[in-house]
Amino acid sequence: MAMSSLWPRIEPLLARVEKPARYIGMERGSLRPIHRPGQVAWLLLYPDTYEIGLPNQGLQILYEILNERDDAVAERSYAPWSDLEAEMRRAGVPLFSVDTHRAASDFDVLGFNLSAELVATNLLNCIDLAGCPVRAEDRAPTDPLVIAGGHCTFNPEPYADFVDAFVIGDGEEPVGEITEVVGAWKRGGRAHREAVLHDLATLPGVYVPSMYDVTYDGARIVAVEPRYDDVPERVEKATVADLADWPYPKHQLVPLTEVVHDRLNVEIFRGCTRGCRFCQAGMITRPVRERPADQVRTMVTEGLARTGYDEVALTSLSSADFSGIERLVPDLVNNQEGCGNVALSLPSLRVDAFTVGLAAEIQKVKRTGLTFAPEAGSWRLRQVINKMITEEDLYAAVEGAYSQGWRRVKLYFLSGLPTEADEDTLGIAEMAKNVVKIGRRYTKQASCTASLGGFVPKAHTPFQWFGQNGVDEMRRKVGVLRDATRKTGVQLRWHDPEASYAEGIVSRGDRRVGRAIEHVWRAGGTFQEWSEHFSLGLWLDGMAAAGLDPDFYVTRHRDETEILPWDHVAAGLHRDFLWQDWRSALDEHGLPDCRWTPCYDCGVCTGYAIEHVVASSVTPAGGSQGTDQDLSHGGWTPVALVETRSS
Amino acid sequence: MKGTDGFPVRIGFVKRGPVRFISHRDLARAFERAFRVAELPLAFTLGFVPRPKVGFGLALSVGHESDAEYLDFELTHDPGVAGIGPLVNQGLPEGMAVTAAVALADRAPSLQESVTTVGYDITVTNEGDDPSVAAIEATIRRALDCPVLEIQRTRKGREITEDVRPALRRVELAEVEPASAVLRCELVTQPRSARPSDLIAALNSVAEPIGVRLSERRVLRTHQWIERGGARLEPLEADPRLAVPEARAS
Repeated sequence: MAMSSLWPRIEPLLARVEKPARYIGMERGSLRPIHRPGQVAWLLLYPDTYEIGLPNQGLQILYEILNERDDAVAERSYAPWSDLEAEMRRAGVPLFSVDTHRAASDFDVLGFNLSAELVATNLLNCIDLAGCPVRAEDRAPTDPLVIAGGHCTFNPEPYADFVDAFVIGDGEEPVGEITEVVGAWKRGGRAHREAVLHDLATLPGVYVPSMYDVTYDGARIVAVEPRYDDVPERVEKATVADLADWPYPKHQLVPLTEVVHDRLNVEIFRGCTRGCRFCQAGMITRPVRERPADQVRTMVTEGLARTGYDEVALTSLSSADFSGIERLVPDLVNNQEGCGNVALSLPSLRVDAFTVGLAAEIQKVKRTGLTFAPEAGSWRLRQVINKMITEEDLYAAVEGAYSQGWRRVKLYFLSGLPTEADEDTLGIAEMAKNVVKIGRRYTKQASCTASLGGFVPKAHTPFQWFGQNGVDEMRRKVGVLRDATRKTGVQLRWHDPEASYAEGIVSRGDRRVGRAIEHVWRAGGTFQEWSEHFSLGLWLDGMAAAGLDPDFYVTRHRDETEILPWDHVAAGLHRDFLWQDWRSALDEHGLPDCRWTPCYDCGVCTGYAIEHVVASSVTPAGGSQGTDQDLSHGGWTPVALVETRSS
Repeated sequence: MKGTDGFPVRIGFVKRGPVRFISHRDLARAFERAFRVAELPLAFTLGFVPRPKVGFGLALSVGHESDAEYLDFELTHDPGVAGIGPLVNQGLPEGMAVTAAVALADRAPSLQESVTTVGYDITVTNEGDDPSVAAIEATIRRALDCPVLEIQRTRKGREITEDVRPALRRVELAEVEPASAVLRCELVTQPRSARPSDLIAALNSVAEPIGVRLSERRVLRTHQWIERGGARLEPLEADPRLAVPEARAS
């Protein structure tokens, strides 16, 4: 261990905590970088547990890209669980990196990944454990710069009090430019924080909240204005034009202890234009950029050989849409020399018979459960959310699954979608019961789990104007479904409506919500993503203490003219397009995928002068979900099911 | 390990340094991955979900180090036993290393059932009123003189009282540092095993009157023995594969 390692002070604490292996690092693929003077030292942090944070691909990609640079060095850290945090605070041990167990204060930049709204309080806790003032305005030039990226930063405002600079969009290129600016500032004596922040604010994809003044009229925002002429009025997201140029991670980390998604992950494309209106990821990551199939093959083969993993996932927002997936999958499944028995998984599959065929191809044995996400219980509501799954497609997929040996089907739904009525909610029960019926034709053990998430509207989506369902309403809908699925063979699972409400506060919060977040953190509210730690009471107290009405942020419908807190940050989507799409949703009109149909000018490709990178310009094998389909009978239940119902 | 058509192997390995914080399950996964990185010709079970044929020995507690860990597995053929260690070590985390590999007899009894005694070096500090070396020695003598040494421990979630005296084969003071001491001990695993923490609890149960209170600081497993027919064998020498193909051919 290096001289500046805190390991001798950390080691005795680890004997007293749960799962100490999460704090030792030493993963295959990890680095023990040597810090040299003049380099910019980044501590990349995921503000949740190691098990959740270690697999994060964004963080691993930036870890490699930064360490490949001569002028940068990067290590990693994760939020210590509450038992270790207590030990650290008692022993005066600060937040440390897992690579060389160096104190967070030894780094120039603390780079956070914000993937979920409720980790906001963990962000503050990590900054505090690093020995850094939690509020950006209280920091001295000697304190590290706090930078954050990840999907949540598309509405950066709730975190604006605590974060010096945000990276909006793909981080691959901005981290290099930030390194250069921070390096120059260091060489220049690191005098004024304001100076480096001003320089950072001029970089593409970088948003520095302290360079903007927000004015309010009562509760409403009146203006958000840059404080200098050379600071952009709107910060446009950074976008990697071609994924082929970024074959990262090249050395995926293999943890020594169990984590989520514990397998080789190869990103096959970024972006999605299916256009599901509730889906923030699909809206903010446009356009679609496919990785060349040969590069995917190489990354899989080399990755398996290097890591020793026996499972590989081809990740994206809708993996069956990859051009030529029907050729790629058999290639990978049949080409496992030297790798032993390797399992392939395709997360985020479309709902149709074709994808079940793909799943059958890769899962020759152990066909236990398959998951589909119809998201809404009626054809009408699926048109509203633009997830154009016909009943026909769904039941064909389910039939395919049970007939080929699967015994459990899991269905994902959202509750609290715009225009949702109880008949839509009851449609979920109907659908799940039909799934059980189909399954019982093949096996007595057939079961169906319906999983209900609470819909939380997100920034930069057509639903950003929609007033979220309150706790009582969401709870009532859970009750409706619980009654309708009793003694039907359907297992119902649901997300805590209180957690969805708290998520809604942050999701569309403005800068003032930061005070509430700080209040929750000061009251001890860390790990709010974890049900055993979550407390809506803390959030309501926090909002009250900040003088804010939570319903103003959560359940209120917005109108077209309202200045939204994130309007000065751009995902490339025209506001007009989003508003039009919101109106189309209310009219129950779907919108086709622009990969294979004419451009409807959402604004991204034209605005950024980039294009889809897709190997095939024809609709994908299996198509479905509104692509080249006759949708006139979208909601018809197949006759066979109607008959079994009456029998 | 059932040999049948395959080629069973037993390896010895160490687990030292920060990697001692990984659990038994984590260790199993680390080996499976290292085997794949090394491209060892592992034999798989024939079940619905084929699994590599791997047999682990007695679990080492999280946080304990060891110079004497063992693992059995079966290969489809003999790849040259001497080469296995270096190959596997490429894929193992820092602090874990294979020290020796031997070809194992067909149908050798598993490590779990054959290991009878385990040796530990337990580093302790004495936080009692009498910090003298003599006081620690007296504690050990008192404990070993007791016919019964009852401690409270949890088994399957229930608090029980258990006599650990039968499990204490040997306890002695091996090294003395200014602030700590090393207890060298042998604990039997059958019929009921005792852990280093059980030993410390047993010692403390008789130590209070003489002003001694021991705390476990570091545990190093030094040996595992297979006692069989009056002989005491290291696992690597217990069930070797005999190179007498003539005998089999007849």
